Amino acid sequence: MAVYKRSYRPYQGPLTSERWRFLVVPRYALQELVESRVLMAFVVMCLFPFLAEAAGIYVANSEAARALLRISGNPDPMRTEFFAAALTWQGTLAFILTSWVAPVLVSPDLVNGALPLYLSRPFSRTEYLLGKAIALLVLLSLVTWVPGLTLFALQAGLAESGWFWSHLRVAWATFLGAWIWISVLTLLGLALSAWIRWRLVASTALFGVFFMGSAFGEVWREVLRDPWGRLANLPYLIGVVWIDLFGIVPVPEVAREVQAFGELPTWAAWAGLLATCVFCLWLLDKRLRAREVVS
Amino acid sequence: MGPNGAGKSTLINTLLGFHAPASGTARIFGTDIHEAKALRRHIGYMPETDAFISHMSGVRFVRYMAELAGLPPEPALERAHEAFFYVGLGEARYRKLGSYSLGMKQLAKLAQAIAHGPRLLLLDEPTNGLDPPARQRMIRLIREIREVEGMYVLISSHLLRDVEETCEEVLILKDGRIAAYSDLEAERRSNRRFVELETVGTSPSFTSAVQGLGCECAFYPNGQGVERVKLVLPETTSMRELFRLAAQHDVQIRRMNYRRDSLEDIFLAAMKENGGRVGRL
Repeated sequence: MAVYKRSYRPYQGPLTSERWRFLVVPRYALQELVESRVLMAFVVMCLFPFLAEAAGIYVANSEAARALLRISGNPDPMRTEFFAAALTWQGTLAFILTSWVAPVLVSPDLVNGALPLYLSRPFSRTEYLLGKAIALLVLLSLVTWVPGLTLFALQAGLAESGWFWSHLRVAWATFLGAWIWISVLTLLGLALSAWIRWRLVASTALFGVFFMGSAFGEVWREVLRDPWGRLANLPYLIGVVWIDLFGIVPVPEVAREVQAFGELPTWAAWAGLLATCVFCLWLLDKRLRAREVVS
Repeated sequence: MGPNGAGKSTLINTLLGFHAPASGTARIFGTDIHEAKALRRHIGYMPETDAFISHMSGVRFVRYMAELAGLPPEPALERAHEAFFYVGLGEARYRKLGSYSLGMKQLAKLAQAIAHGPRLLLLDEPTNGLDPPARQRMIRLIREIREVEGMYVLISSHLLRDVEETCEEVLILKDGRIAAYSDLEAERRSNRRFVELETVGTSPSFTSAVQGLGCECAFYPNGQGVERVKLVLPETTSMRELFRLAAQHDVQIRRMNYRRDSLEDIFLAAMKENGGRVGRL
């Protein structure tokens, strides 16, 4: 029917599959994010460290490049620590990206009461959350495990045969470690945005959670000589998990520090991150409702 | 219908599955409301409060909502355009919703509620904040939609006039309970014989002729040449007879009303009645 025929008519055409309908949400969300030039510029900037690391890998594996750059001596073999450091860089950028994007995804729906419109359709709260989370996870993947695995593939391609198999753990650790981190970031970002609603305040709150938590954990550790305050330090917790995943042995200075203060066991770091995720899900469950019930 | 706090919106929210019912059952199109997801396929909902995504253009927003209701992207876009033209916002459909006036936002809410072609339309206070022309437009749209075959409209409102103009049946709520039920259509039919006329040039011969039809009538002159006549027509007498007599006696009929109990009377009576114990919700 042409648009000029102004009359109401019921819809009798085909419907999309209910199972995959939640993908409408990330599709719209990503379209809007891509339209923001500033955001896209930042995403591209997030890949600068990756480009530098890729160049580093190429130089380390190419005699011609080293000769051109007049680098003498034997190349430093690409160690596991290199990939862990790359993930740490990308993880930091992912955090900044989350503080920017998560409030953009959720706040507009809540500020003007659009959530009841989503939920008045054959569409559940879980699907809403999943849709928004996918949009954020796609962006965060672009700056974490995708470049991480690309670096690994580049090194595997340039190195001697056998490097791939002997360092397979690096690929696995990069992939799993990145996913754990971006999952925590996603849930935390969405939960804070759902509760705070105002974009700028939500972004600030995300920074607050990280920096205040880190400060609290370190002050606790220094004053009480007890490592358990570090459970509030999310960057530290993910660091412990990454060290565990990559199988890195602490350098002597760190080992001495650990001896002096004691250290959180690895299981506690895993549990701390898991508890954070569960808490965020609880917050989201409380907030993502079509109507608030006043008792 | 009901006063503020009567439970009108709560009832709609419960039907949509937003609130779990504490007890009792309800069915829509034969489906229990506990199966909310299956039911929502057939429902269009226009909430009372603001409900929009301010940075989206009107047509994009409605398309988005239609896709969430299950329409494929292309039909959703087509129907979003149609819905906007239908509610009279065709020219404003590419503007961001945040820039719309209150009346336009109400119409945009109606557009998103109808874009996916539901069978049941739940409208919560649809004329809230509308100026008289916009209100008239909204009422006209609701009446048009109601006329579509197989389409049902449920309106929650505390504005008697809106309800009177758009509804066939009225459920009056008070403190979460049913205070009264009225079939407005039946009321209209049963009161069809009570007629109120405003006439000019009424003569005694016209009065006698009207009484001669077997009507019970009363005349109320206002001293300015205009008379108000209230009469009850017998079953066997048609309205055409009145016009014939008026023509014969050179009387002008300026206005003709069916007098019946107004919704206001029904509403006020329901509010007075024993705390609304007629039924439970």
